[in-house]
Amino acid sequence: MEKTGAEILLECLRQEGVDTIFGFPGGAVLHIYDALMRYAEEIRHVLVRHEQGAIHAADGYARATGKVGVCLVTSGPGATNTVTGIATAYMDSVPVVIFTGQVPTMLIGNDAFQEADIVGITRPCTKHNYLVKDVKDLATIVKQAFYLARTGRPGPVLVDLPKDVISASAEFNYPAKIKMRSYNPTYQGHAGQIKRAVQLILQAKQPLIYAGGGVVISNASKELAALAQKLCIPVTTTLMGLGCFPGTHPLFLGMLGMHGTFQANMAVTHCDVLIAIGARFDDRVTGKIEAFSPNSKKIHIDIDPTSISKNVRVEIPIVGDAKNILRSCLKYLDEEPSRDWTNLRAPWLAQIQEWAKTTPSVSRRGDCIKPQDVIQKIYELTGGDAIITTEVGQNQMWTAQFYTFTRPRTLITSGGLGTMGFGLPAAIGAQVAFPDKMVIDIAGDGSIQMNIQELATAVQYRLPVKVAILNNHCLGMVRQWQQLFCERRYSQTLLDVSPDFVKLAEAYGALGLRATKPEEVEPVIRQALSTPRPVLMDFLIDPNECVYPMVPAGAALTEMLLV
Amino acid sequence: MRHVISILVNNQPGVLSRVAGLFSGRGFNIESLNVAETLDPTISRMTLVTVGNDQIIEQIIKQLNKLVDVIKVMDLTGTDYVDREMVMLRVAADANSKAEVLRIVDIFRGRVVDVSPKYYTVEVTGDEKKVQAFIDLLVPFGIPEIVRTGKVAIPRVKKDSPIPGETAGKKTQEKSPEHP
Repeated sequence: MEKTGAEILLECLRQEGVDTIFGFPGGAVLHIYDALMRYAEEIRHVLVRHEQGAIHAADGYARATGKVGVCLVTSGPGATNTVTGIATAYMDSVPVVIFTGQVPTMLIGNDAFQEADIVGITRPCTKHNYLVKDVKDLATIVKQAFYLARTGRPGPVLVDLPKDVISASAEFNYPAKIKMRSYNPTYQGHAGQIKRAVQLILQAKQPLIYAGGGVVISNASKELAALAQKLCIPVTTTLMGLGCFPGTHPLFLGMLGMHGTFQANMAVTHCDVLIAIGARFDDRVTGKIEAFSPNSKKIHIDIDPTSISKNVRVEIPIVGDAKNILRSCLKYLDEEPSRDWTNLRAPWLAQIQEWAKTTPSVSRRGDCIKPQDVIQKIYELTGGDAIITTEVGQNQMWTAQFYTFTRPRTLITSGGLGTMGFGLPAAIGAQVAFPDKMVIDIAGDGSIQMNIQELATAVQYRLPVKVAILNNHCLGMVRQWQQLFCERRYSQTLLDVSPDFVKLAEAYGALGLRATKPEEVEPVIRQALSTPRPVLMDFLIDPNECVYPMVPAGAALTEMLLV
Repeated sequence: MRHVISILVNNQPGVLSRVAGLFSGRGFNIESLNVAETLDPTISRMTLVTVGNDQIIEQIIKQLNKLVDVIKVMDLTGTDYVDREMVMLRVAADANSKAEVLRIVDIFRGRVVDVSPKYYTVEVTGDEKKVQAFIDLLVPFGIPEIVRTGKVAIPRVKKDSPIPGETAGKKTQEKSPEHP
C-alpha cells in the first residue's frame, strides 16, 4: 500500500525506535504534524517555545541516553533557528537527526515565503545533510541519516523535506541494512599500534591518562577504570570527559586545561607518557601548544583520523573505538608478567600528592553566597546522583570544578561551541528521557535569559527540572577576562536590568525561590529538590568571585593564576 | 609544497560545495580544481591542486576522507603520475605577426581553433611548464582573453600491478600516518 511522505517519515521513525521528538510546527511541515496525530500513541512530540530549544532538547536527550535525538522544525526561520544547536551538537559529537520543512521543490530558489537554503547553511556544521527530492528516496535517506548520526564519530545529520515530497505518495519499504561505499568508520584499532602502545605504557615511569568525551560516547568507562587501576595510572579528564572516570577515585586528578586543577596541569606537563583517549587536544586543554606536555611520548586513541596530529604531534596514533582499543590493551597486558605497580608508581603519585596541596583560595569576606558552596551543596544533597546540565561561562566552570561527577552522562554541557542558553532546553531533553531522575541546570543570570522561554515547555509537560541561577548581575566570565586582561574596564558586561526571577518562575507556573544569604542556600536547595515540578532558584552570589585556577589564553599550562 | 590530489566522489548535487567549503572553512588553499564524471555516472573525479606543508596536506587528505560523499583520496605528489592542462587563448595576429604566431603554435603542437581578421584562437595541451612557456611566448603579441582548465592527472600504472579501478568500494588513504 502506498503511503504519503509524511507517513513514510513517521514509519521510519517508528522503525528506528524513536519515541520522542522535539519540535515546533509551521506551514512547510503542516502535513507531518497532521500525520503525527495518528502516531501519538508511539511517538511523543514535545512542543518547545523556540526552535533552538528543540535542537538543544534533542541534544540533551541524546547525551543523556546515548540514543539519537530527533528534532522537527519548519522551513526558513524554523530551520535557521536550529543552526546554533546543530553546531553545538557537531562540536561535541552528539547524534541528532534534524528534520526541516522546505518549500515545494518547484519553488526552491525562488525566494519563496519562509525559504532558506538550510542544506547550504548547515553543510559545515553537520556530519552530513540531505535534501529529499523524491518521495521514493525518503526511507533510504532517513535510514542513512540515523546510521550516520550514531556510527563512527557521531554527529548531527539534517534532512530537508520539501512540502510536495511530504504530500506525495510511494510504496513504503524500510531498508533492513545499510551499506555506504563512501562511509566506513574504523572501529578496531590496528593491532600492531596497540601492542606498541602497551609496550610504551609498560615502560613509562610517570604516565598519565587524559580522557575526553570519546570515552563517554563509546561507553568505555569500565575499560578505562580497569586500565588505570591495573597499572596505577593517574587520570585527568577534559570538560567533556567528566564522569567517565569516578571523581571520587584516588587516581583522579580533576579536569585539566584553562580552569583545570593545579595537579592535573602539572602532571600533564611533567608526565613521560601521555595516553589521550577520545580527546582532541583542544586549545582550552593545551594552552600554549609548544609548552604542552613537552617531555612526553604521546599515544592518541580516537575514532576520527582528523583529530590525530591536528594540533599536537603524537608518537602512537590509534584510530578506532575507545572501548574496543582499551579492551585489546587490557588483553595484551594480561599476557605480560605482573609487577607491583603500586610500589613502582609511588614516587610519581607522591609528586602528584605534593602538587595537589596547591589549590586556589576562596575568599570568605562578607556575608555573600559563594557559588562554589552552592554547587558543592547541590552535590551533597543529590548524592551525586543527578543529571547536571550547565549554561556557559563561570557557572559551567564552577560546576566542572565543584560538583563531583562519578558516572558518565551525568554532566551535559556545551563544551566545544560554548553555547549560552544550552542548559535549560538540554535539561528538558534529559528529563524527558529520564522522568524519575533529578535533572538540574546550573545557570548564570546571563545565560538563562537566552532560552528562558523553555520554562513554559517544562511546565506544560510536567518536567520537574530544577534551575539554579548563580546570579551575579553580570556576564561573569567575560567580566572576569575584563578584570584580568582589560584593566577592569567592564565594557557591556553588567546586566543592570534583570527580571525578578522568582516572579518570572511564578508567571510561567513554576516555583521560584531565592537565597540572598549563605544560610539560605541549603533550605532553598532542599525545598527545590523536594518539589515535584519545575523550580527556578535564584542565588544572589558574590559578584566579585572569579574562576580559579586560570591559565590565560595562549599561556603555558604551568602559568596558572591561583587568586 | 604543491600537491596534486585526485578524489573520487559520489556524483551528487552539493559535493563540489562540500569539498570547496572544507577548504575555505579550514583556511586551506585551492590553486585549481577540475571535476567531471567517470565511466560510472554515479562517480565523479576531482583533480585538485593545493599548497601546504606536510601537516596541512595530511589534514586536507584526512578531512577530505571524512566527507561522507568522498569515496577515495589519492595524493599523487611523490608518486609517478602524468598531468596535463589545456589552455585556450585569443592572441593578436596581424599581417606582420601571423607567421610568427603560427610557428609558435606549431612548435608547441597547438592548434588554431578559430580565426578572425585580427585574432587567432589557439589551444595547447601539456604539463604546466609547457603551457606556461607557450603563454609567455605569446604575451608580447597581445592576449586579450585566456582560459585554462587547471590540471588533470592520472597515476602511471607499473608493470604487473593491477589497474586501479574507479569503482573501488573501499576508502583508502594513500598516506596512512596511523599505520606506518
